[in-house]
Amino acid sequence: MRQFLKLLVGMALVPAIVSTGPGPSCDEWPGVDEAVVKKFAEKAGRPAREPFFDPPGDVLLFAFLLAGAGGGFVAGYQFRALFPPQAERARESSHV
Amino acid sequence: MKRHRAVILFFMTMSAMLITVDSAWAMHISEGILPFSWAVLWAVMSLPFLAWGMRDLRERSRREPHLKAFVGLVGAGVFVISCMPIPVPTAGTCSHPCGTGMAAILIGPFLSAVVASVALTLQALFLAHGGLTTLGANIFAMGVVGSFAGYGAFRLTRGLGASPFAAAFCAGLLADWATYATTSLTLTLALHGDGSFWSMLVSILLAFVPTQVPLGILEGVISGIAYGFVHARRPEILGALVKGEVS
Repeated sequence: MRQFLKLLVGMALVPAIVSTGPGPSCDEWPGVDEAVVKKFAEKAGRPAREPFFDPPGDVLLFAFLLAGAGGGFVAGYQFRALFPPQAERARESSHV
Repeated sequence: MKRHRAVILFFMTMSAMLITVDSAWAMHISEGILPFSWAVLWAVMSLPFLAWGMRDLRERSRREPHLKAFVGLVGAGVFVISCMPIPVPTAGTCSHPCGTGMAAILIGPFLSAVVASVALTLQALFLAHGGLTTLGANIFAMGVVGSFAGYGAFRLTRGLGASPFAAAFCAGLLADWATYATTSLTLTLALHGDGSFWSMLVSILLAFVPTQVPLGILEGVISGIAYGFVHARRPEILGALVKGEVS
């Protein structure tokens, strides 16, 4: 189980370090939406329009921060409800 | 206790990755790329799956008391996973896993389509990720095709005697690849015009390959670990989906 947890955390940390560490600028790591989808769409004469919500500057970062925090909170809350700590489970079962 | 700290650390790291985003790196088809008729067609094709998913949620939650919490957990996971850009050094590009293969084997393919539609709608509305006019196409590719490809791969490989981890790996892998294949088909159908359909389809598929082959493998590993964890800790909440497999 300990190995599994190490693997789980490692899988999260490695891409996080890769994506946050010094290295090529974001322009050198285009998403497939730009590298593939938009490229073919523009070639076919259907360029993408501005999105419905197109926040200026770093507001998009803030939106992603909220999304990550919100998603993480919901996931963590439900995770704890479904997989309570062992001690809590043992206490609950002893009351039954 | 240590286990829970590790899980919390995992989710915090995932969340931290989201704030490094400079722009939306996605497979989602952006706003305005699809002509109106195609946008409507994909939306109409997605609706029956979403309606059946809502019915599924209502009926199964009467029998399965943990279902709503489980759907909430899986839905949050799909939302976070599907807007998490992952750099692929071999391709020099970024993309994201879909999470619908994992969701389909945990909560079922119809419910997986529903949680994917919620995630995609929030992303289109607030994260400039995908688009409202292309929402139907994105739901069909990621939510419907991804979920059913993953679920089908899981059932087939389990039927052939594969271990739960191997079957879940195949589910994640095929769900990811099927999603991008469907996106390629969607774009080709709408945009090939007078040009060759097959030539454009192959070109788009090949353009996705360098990024999506490694990401599909990563998604397979994530699905295998997630399924293995739930299977080991709370097999009863997978009950209806793996009937006969768990005691």
